[in-house]
Amino acid sequence: MKKEALQQNRVSSFLHGVKAELPILIGVTPFGMIYGALAANAGLTNIEAQAMSSVVFAGSAQFLLVQLFAINTPALIMILNGIVINLRHVLYSASVAPYTNHLNPVWKTILSYLLTDEAYAVTIMHYKEKTYRWQHYFFLGAGMALWSAWQISTAIGIFIGAQVPPSWGLDFSLALTFIALAVPPINDTPSLFAALTAGITALLTRGLPFKLNLIAAAVVGVAAGVLGEKHE
Amino acid sequence: MNKNWLVMIVVGILTFLMRLSFVVLAERWQPPEWLTRALRYVPIAVLTAIFIPDMVAQDQTIVNVIVNSRFIAGLAAILIAWRTKNTILTISLGMAIFWGLNWLL
Repeated sequence: MKKEALQQNRVSSFLHGVKAELPILIGVTPFGMIYGALAANAGLTNIEAQAMSSVVFAGSAQFLLVQLFAINTPALIMILNGIVINLRHVLYSASVAPYTNHLNPVWKTILSYLLTDEAYAVTIMHYKEKTYRWQHYFFLGAGMALWSAWQISTAIGIFIGAQVPPSWGLDFSLALTFIALAVPPINDTPSLFAALTAGITALLTRGLPFKLNLIAAAVVGVAAGVLGEKHE
Repeated sequence: MNKNWLVMIVVGILTFLMRLSFVVLAERWQPPEWLTRALRYVPIAVLTAIFIPDMVAQDQTIVNVIVNSRFIAGLAAILIAWRTKNTILTISLGMAIFWGLNWLL
């Protein structure tokens, strides 16, 4: 009953979205800080490092771009890598579309900008539970909570990163970050196939310049996942 | 405009368009089922492809993994991530093991 009351108006629906996002922010904040620290050490200016968090606003792509900036990759290759790693957002877009259909273009634009992994996860769970008039304010609240936490943690990371000596091997936290992101969603045989074949392909093709081995691994991994489904 | 800004803005715009895609198109076009299924494997494949070479190769040469702190700490982190699904625990314990091994080896 209490939940019903919360969703009566715009403000409470917005706040409900913020509140639902809070537990996720505990996990996101260290990522933002690690990103900021690595970006500051990869040769980006503080302004560039901070701006990327609102212009690109996608954690794993930002981590990847930082790595590529550090090895002076050509722009076109960086863009290609950025697109591949962000392709999943098309899927999120298709998934929330039935719930945003009735909104005007301004709302669609704002909510699409805020459609990150973490805001998507919280919002879609909530929408699947129930439908009500002000539900887009819930999405807005969840998205803006995440956006704010991402900007602030980036700023803290940039500040801290400048003080960390290279001997600490901070760059290894990047590999750990990707492990923390990639391993939990592997929950069935096809996704395990996808992960293993992608990992092996990336290793075998590591001689390719500018991390183009990631593109090769993505293609092989996705094919392995789809084929794996047929053998289940 | 320098390269950093160019890459950032282009990737930013394209990411936004990917997020906007079906929110705008949904009324006219639904994605075919094979595409939705295939896209599900993209993040898993790309993310794994990033960290595996970091664990076993340095400067493109495969290292002796038995005495390599990145490999052992990475393997421990994979186990932690798999068992706990906890990101903070994975990163902090993984980093602690990495530092401990560097000190030992």
